Amino acid sequence: MSAAVMNIEDSVLVRKVREAFIGQIIETVVFRGEVTHLVDRTTVRNLCNFLKIDPDLSMNFIVDVAGADYYGENPRFEVVYHLYSIRKKHRIRVKVRVNEGETVPSVTSIWPGADWPEREVYDMFGIAFDGHPNMKRIYMAEDWEGYPLRKDYPLRGYKDRYNPNGEEKEPESITD
Amino acid sequence: MPDKEEIIETKLVTMHMGPQHPSTHGVLHIILNMQGETIVDIEPDIGYLHRGTEKIAENLLYHQFVPYTDRLDYMSAMSNNLAYVQAVEKLLDIEITERAKYIRVIAAELSRMAGHLLALGAWALDLGAMSILLYAMREREVVLDIFEMICGARMTLSYLRVGGVRYDFTPQCKEACERMLEIFPPRFEEYERLLIGNRIWIQRNRGVGVISAEEAISLGLSGPALRASGVKWDIRKDEPYLVYDRFDFDVPTGENGDCFDRYNMRFEEIKQSMRIIKQALKDLPDGPFNVDIPQIIPPPKPDVYKNMEALIHHFKYVSQGFKVPRGEIYSSIEAPKGELGVYIVSDGTEKPYRLKLRVPTFMNLQTVKTMSKGRYLADVIAIISSLDPVFGECDK
Repeated sequence: MSAAVMNIEDSVLVRKVREAFIGQIIETVVFRGEVTHLVDRTTVRNLCNFLKIDPDLSMNFIVDVAGADYYGENPRFEVVYHLYSIRKKHRIRVKVRVNEGETVPSVTSIWPGADWPEREVYDMFGIAFDGHPNMKRIYMAEDWEGYPLRKDYPLRGYKDRYNPNGEEKEPESITD
Repeated sequence: MPDKEEIIETKLVTMHMGPQHPSTHGVLHIILNMQGETIVDIEPDIGYLHRGTEKIAENLLYHQFVPYTDRLDYMSAMSNNLAYVQAVEKLLDIEITERAKYIRVIAAELSRMAGHLLALGAWALDLGAMSILLYAMREREVVLDIFEMICGARMTLSYLRVGGVRYDFTPQCKEACERMLEIFPPRFEEYERLLIGNRIWIQRNRGVGVISAEEAISLGLSGPALRASGVKWDIRKDEPYLVYDRFDFDVPTGENGDCFDRYNMRFEEIKQSMRIIKQALKDLPDGPFNVDIPQIIPPPKPDVYKNMEALIHHFKYVSQGFKVPRGEIYSSIEAPKGELGVYIVSDGTEKPYRLKLRVPTFMNLQTVKTMSKGRYLADVIAIISSLDPVFGECDK
């Protein structure tokens, strides 16, 4: 087990990325054999581009873009990119932390497949992506109020005439 | 009456297909910009079946979420169960027993067969070949009967649990699988004759919805649809989970990336699944089908009625669940439709802090735009069917 951990910490996923972005990687975590790099939102596009074009990494497949709400922390949100290389058969995770109202640069120009997942993050967390061709809600109705996957959004939704079991809306809980 | 014959000018027309349309496999709503019968632009509109599964997961104990995964891709519930329980096990850092691994392989492959059979049937129905649907349903029934024998349910199975499986794989189930492996091959030959010998089927699929390998990869296409474009990538082979590395099976790939190749992939995969099941049945080892960790495994149900300790154990399991170490993981499997991944952030409690499902249908549907541009409206039906979308999964 420890040999495998040593191995991955020395792999291109960790070493090469850290060497190419000295001082720009905030944190690198290896957990259960998975590599995670935490970066600033000014770096994320450059890093993604590097991960895609570098021949040793060649992350040509965008697996997913996910959001996470760490309510009460600062910055509040995290945008998580899962990448895979079909040629090299390895995976990497890139994370960015953002606060409410801040935007993240879109990676749709690097991987067009990031289009829908980025829209999903916007729909569920209200994190907008800069440079996205079609930044609008994907699951919820266009006029939906609030962002359902935020931790301060009630599990049963807000009370209205279609949802009598929902929670009473507090005026300041809706931000937009 | 006009003096001379006027040519009617065609205008750009926006048309809505769905969400209540028999050929959209559920509740897909497509907005089509048409110039005559040619598609200028197409925009899928999803979300009609959104239930907030991820939000529900954040409020449930780890073991309580298993039944919700059945309702994602309800055509192949075992695969969804597998993706989820495997993710939790990775987070717990436990190794399941050998027998459980083999049972899971058999379950997942049966599920793949059921899913692909329905996909083929519905696809042929959409293109006007109704008899194949009836045949495919008949064969799927055999698979569902096996599921009923294994776990008592036919569609929403919840058979795979964290730490193993819920019930043992009995010799009767094994016999039923062996019977299935005997009766299926001649029947599949018959379908192949019916479909590949059908000029309409070929003309409506060959050369339709072509997508190149580069485009498909950049758009996040996965599963049989990506392999039809010639990309040899199967998670079962490239990042083997369970015991897939011990079986001898092929990963079929196509050349043209059209609907016909996607059909061939599905058909070939059913045959490969049968090969895997055959080998797994042969090698199925004896032994326990659950890990020996009482916190994550409920006691056998008959004991709960008779034994006080088992009752307490059952009560603790159901009401309190189990704690999972702090950390975050992503685990994925090759589901019938493509890469099905689960990303879990754990804060060390009994409930996931964040659970994200990477569902193949959602990502695959993005490619409809590329595949349909410049084609006719009737081709859209074939293209959507060839991606085999299931909206329980797409809309989560």
